[in-house]
Amino acid sequence: MTPYRRDGLEAHPDRDFPDYKSTRLRHPKEPLVVLRDPETELTQPVLGAGPIGPLDDNLTRQHPGEPIGERIIVTGQVRDGNGIPLSDQLLEIWQANAAGRYAQAEDAHPAPLDPNFSGVGRCLTDDRGFYRFTTIKPGPYPWRNHDKAWRPAHIHFSLFGTAFVSRLITQMYFPGDPLFPYDPVMKSVQDDAARRRMVASFDLDATEDQWATGYRWDIVLRGPEKTLFEDESGMQS
Amino acid sequence: MSVQRLTPSQTLGPFYGFALPYEDDSIIVRDGDLHVTGSVYDGAGQLVPDALIEILQPDGRGRFHAEGFHGFGRCSTRPEGHFAFTTVKPGPVAEGEAPHLAVIVHARGLLLHLHTRMYFADETEANATDLVLNAVPEQRRHTLIGEATEDGVRFDIRLQGENETVFFDV
Repeated sequence: MTPYRRDGLEAHPDRDFPDYKSTRLRHPKEPLVVLRDPETELTQPVLGAGPIGPLDDNLTRQHPGEPIGERIIVTGQVRDGNGIPLSDQLLEIWQANAAGRYAQAEDAHPAPLDPNFSGVGRCLTDDRGFYRFTTIKPGPYPWRNHDKAWRPAHIHFSLFGTAFVSRLITQMYFPGDPLFPYDPVMKSVQDDAARRRMVASFDLDATEDQWATGYRWDIVLRGPEKTLFEDESGMQS
Repeated sequence: MSVQRLTPSQTLGPFYGFALPYEDDSIIVRDGDLHVTGSVYDGAGQLVPDALIEILQPDGRGRFHAEGFHGFGRCSTRPEGHFAFTTVKPGPVAEGEAPHLAVIVHARGLLLHLHTRMYFADETEANATDLVLNAVPEQRRHTLIGEATEDGVRFDIRLQGENETVFFDV
């Protein structure tokens, strides 16, 4: 098996981050056991989730009416740590509606539900590694972590990459959100540059005239140590 | 090619239940004869009702990506903290390896998911020589071995505290 790169893993948050109270009883206290190059975890999952529906990448077209809110396009490239674009990658996204309410029964935030918005999207990256969703800009919402706790607006992303060890669940944030300095989830990523990598950029190229503003957000997943190009043997392994 | 810096992980949060589960997501093999059930507990011994368990495994002969076999499954622990998969017992991936399932645990409160594995109690011989199990301190090894039940295997996951499950740095 080709080993996977270990450099850069420190970008991820520590699981023990007291400011985010739910970490307290949910992070392991025993040391992790180091596994080097395990064949099972270096295998790429083949997903059995079935085909992507034609409207899965357009969250504004999944109901008879238009959802309320600011229509946006979110697009970007998925690459591995070697800069190689990853095609045919499944992205799953989910988010609150424009009022900051999730379409899940347990969400008790007293903001309106939108009958025209579910907030769930899926798509595959194209042959250059690009994904593209049309959706509504989510609103910030309150939670009970601390006094006056509000999450900055975000979209949840789930990706698989080229091995089980490349699995990533994360959140994309919007530029200039005044809630950033108060959000322990975002601040759990302690390196400034790493934290900025979770924030999309406004993108005029992705913006559509008279229709939607565009945001660009590239995603980098853990990749193998050696690429085919670098493999000295010249053999495809 | 330039070195690219990784996108950091964030928790999946409490409200993924309307998004990530899909039809038959916990059926890795339809009509499979192995039922893997379990519960997820936190450091206070309370059930974790908002975790998401994902499994990757080879087929009964230890092959990944065999035709018609995808080997991936997902099960939310909503609403009570339990999960259940239908599958077949995997074969060993390589000679000298004990059969196992690779398991990922996501949860609210987990800023970065966890990797663990489930091994089988009836593989005493293979387990005794498995390199991964042998890298685990002996007194903790039992947390990786599923317990035989009437129709399958029970594999509880303890995120913290007494009998904390062994998690891997992969």
